[in-house]
Amino acid sequence: MKRKMTVARAMVEVLKSEGVEIIFGIPGAAIYPFYDALYSSDIKHVLVRTEQAAAHEASGYARTTGKVGVCVATSGPGATNLITGIATAYMDSVPIVAITGQVNSSLIGKDVFQEVDITGATAPFTKHNYLVKDPKKIVKVLKEAFYIASTGRRGPVLIDVPIDVQMQEIEFELPKEIDIPGYKPKERGHPLQIKRAVEAIENSQRPVICSGGGVIASKASEELKTLVEKQKIPVISTLMGIGSIPTDHPYYLGMIGSHGQKEANIALRQADLLIVIGARLADRALGDTKITENMKIIHIDIDPAEIGKNVDTNIPIVGDAKQVLSEINKRISERKDFWAQEIKAQKKEIKEDGNLHPYDVLKEISRAYNGDYIITTDVGQHQIWAAHNVYIKEPGTFITSGGLGTMGYGVPAAIGAKFGRPDKEVISITGDGSFQMLLQELATIKREQVPIKIVLFNNTRLGMVYELQKKRCTGRFIATCLDGNPDFMILAKAYGIESLRLESKEKLKEAIEIMKNHNGPFLLEVVTSPDEPTIP
Amino acid sequence: MKYTLSVLVENHPGVLSRVAGLFSRRGFNIDSLAVGVTEDPTISRMTIVVNGDDYIVEQVTKQLNKLIDVIKIKKLNPKEAVERELALIKVNANSQTRSDIIQITEIFRANIVDVSKETLTIEISGDEDKIEALIELLKQYGIREVVRTGLIAIERGTKVITKSKSEEDD
Ligand SMILES: Cc1ncc(C[n+]2csc(CCOP(=O)(O)OP(=O)(O)O)c2C)c(N)n1
Repeated sequence: MKRKMTVARAMVEVLKSEGVEIIFGIPGAAIYPFYDALYSSDIKHVLVRTEQAAAHEASGYARTTGKVGVCVATSGPGATNLITGIATAYMDSVPIVAITGQVNSSLIGKDVFQEVDITGATAPFTKHNYLVKDPKKIVKVLKEAFYIASTGRRGPVLIDVPIDVQMQEIEFELPKEIDIPGYKPKERGHPLQIKRAVEAIENSQRPVICSGGGVIASKASEELKTLVEKQKIPVISTLMGIGSIPTDHPYYLGMIGSHGQKEANIALRQADLLIVIGARLADRALGDTKITENMKIIHIDIDPAEIGKNVDTNIPIVGDAKQVLSEINKRISERKDFWAQEIKAQKKEIKEDGNLHPYDVLKEISRAYNGDYIITTDVGQHQIWAAHNVYIKEPGTFITSGGLGTMGYGVPAAIGAKFGRPDKEVISITGDGSFQMLLQELATIKREQVPIKIVLFNNTRLGMVYELQKKRCTGRFIATCLDGNPDFMILAKAYGIESLRLESKEKLKEAIEIMKNHNGPFLLEVVTSPDEPTIP
Repeated sequence: MKYTLSVLVENHPGVLSRVAGLFSRRGFNIDSLAVGVTEDPTISRMTIVVNGDDYIVEQVTKQLNKLIDVIKIKKLNPKEAVERELALIKVNANSQTRSDIIQITEIFRANIVDVSKETLTIEISGDEDKIEALIELLKQYGIREVVRTGLIAIERGTKVITKSKSEEDD
């Protein structure tokens, strides 16, 4: 049934039809008709303090709910502020739809006030984007955007709508189905390739699975576990793949790569068959592609372009990880021995001393919560500390900017995650550098009373870079000391957020208890030595 | 090696820039890119000539396929395709050289499309080698300007590349 309404109203109607419950954004003149239409809907709008945070919050929401996250900004500076958030989502294949206002369509291209070519700017790091000049197309475009963002290899889609278009009247009708000729994602793996994969696994002596974010995105963890347990295959993961299998699983060896665990890297070097699932194997994961030269490689990915991009593949399988793994599991036999037994046994325990180390804190958090939380991280040493030491029980509960490595991601992502999963404890692990990149979001936390916990490792350094300078520049430190940090306790107070500073190991348990039992947002500042290494 | 890709895309504004942008961003070299609308006005065809090895062509194809506006890509086998390029060549000509140039033009089955006191403009279509050969011969008279379209190509025989058979090639 057709109804007459403005484009802005129609946009809201489509969002409702897509099940959107929450939007993150900041209004402006070029998007006010849309906001006006939002006024009379029951979609919740979260007013953020900068648009980058809106995109990260939408991303955190998407990653915990599996739904599409939505963020909104006005034209020009509002739209450009979204960019880092959109690029972050793109690199991590997170489904978000970003809606931006645009100047009057008759003025596009004339460099008028607050005009920017946002579709041009975001083309390299959106899955797709649209500038909607024809009001009649808005409904179809929005529907397509949700479809594209949430299917195949997921990712961000941007829709730019000129203000005059938002105000025009159209006949509103939802399209029955979406047909995009150039977009037909393939979910099913090729049966012949699956057969070859099964043979290769059964014939291998030392198979290793490298599990990536794709396993979490396709909800393939159970299937992964079945395969791993049947064939007794050690699992190593990328940063994005952490949590695809519980981190205390007997066959899990840890994260690989330059910042990875030793055991994981040893297993990778000794493998004769590497099964890559939903991972790109970027430089940071692999370090040197030469190590894969003498092994067979099976690569399973929903995005055909990932296969063979960074390493040569013997058995490429294009398809959804869950589908492909369950097909493999149907055919695969059982294996008796776990070849990586010795490697796993070598796992070294960190020596106790009287000082307070980040890993003590992270282990204590893991113990106190027993994995019943969602962890988000920022980027830096603390991210790696978390990757190595936090117990992750369920897939999708470790949220980090793995691809772009965006400082400032953690706290907004935690806010989005908490809106997505209010039933879960959400803990954001951050550094003093990262935290200060988007700390204005404390205002969003205050206004919305978002009960997240922030664990801030304060080493008064841009630690990761400081450590690099120590090693590579023989201690020529430049621009890595964060003198001038605020007193984070007073800062938290200014936003009405409870906080605590932790300086000694004796107080550790107590501090975590206080944080855990506090009802509402909480900041725990952990005073950390600048010389604490990333990997002890 | 040079490879010719025939690419069907949605006839939207911005598609060309997406395709061209992808090439520069990913560090691929395009030798030429020719675009025009097809028998279906909602669809354009791009003929892209890429320089590289098998890995590059595979990556180009896969990355292009990821663009939502790209409907279909086919790598053409030069033996099974008709390939043509159009060139306009403006060359110096005076009373002594004019008849030589006209002769050369005829041998190449090219046309003279404009004449002035000092120049002749020649239109030639054909594959790249033929055009190169003509340009080479005309160099001695002094070439003023060359304008080339880049290659377009179509499969020989009854084979066609259309939107409907979109799964076949990946
Ligand atoms: C937006 C952004 N700018 C710069 C960098 C480069 N960078 C990577 S880690 C890092 C230091 C992070 O410092 P902090 O958040 O305090 O964490 P720490 O390493 O001290 O744990 C920097 C500057 C980045 N990843 N992102």
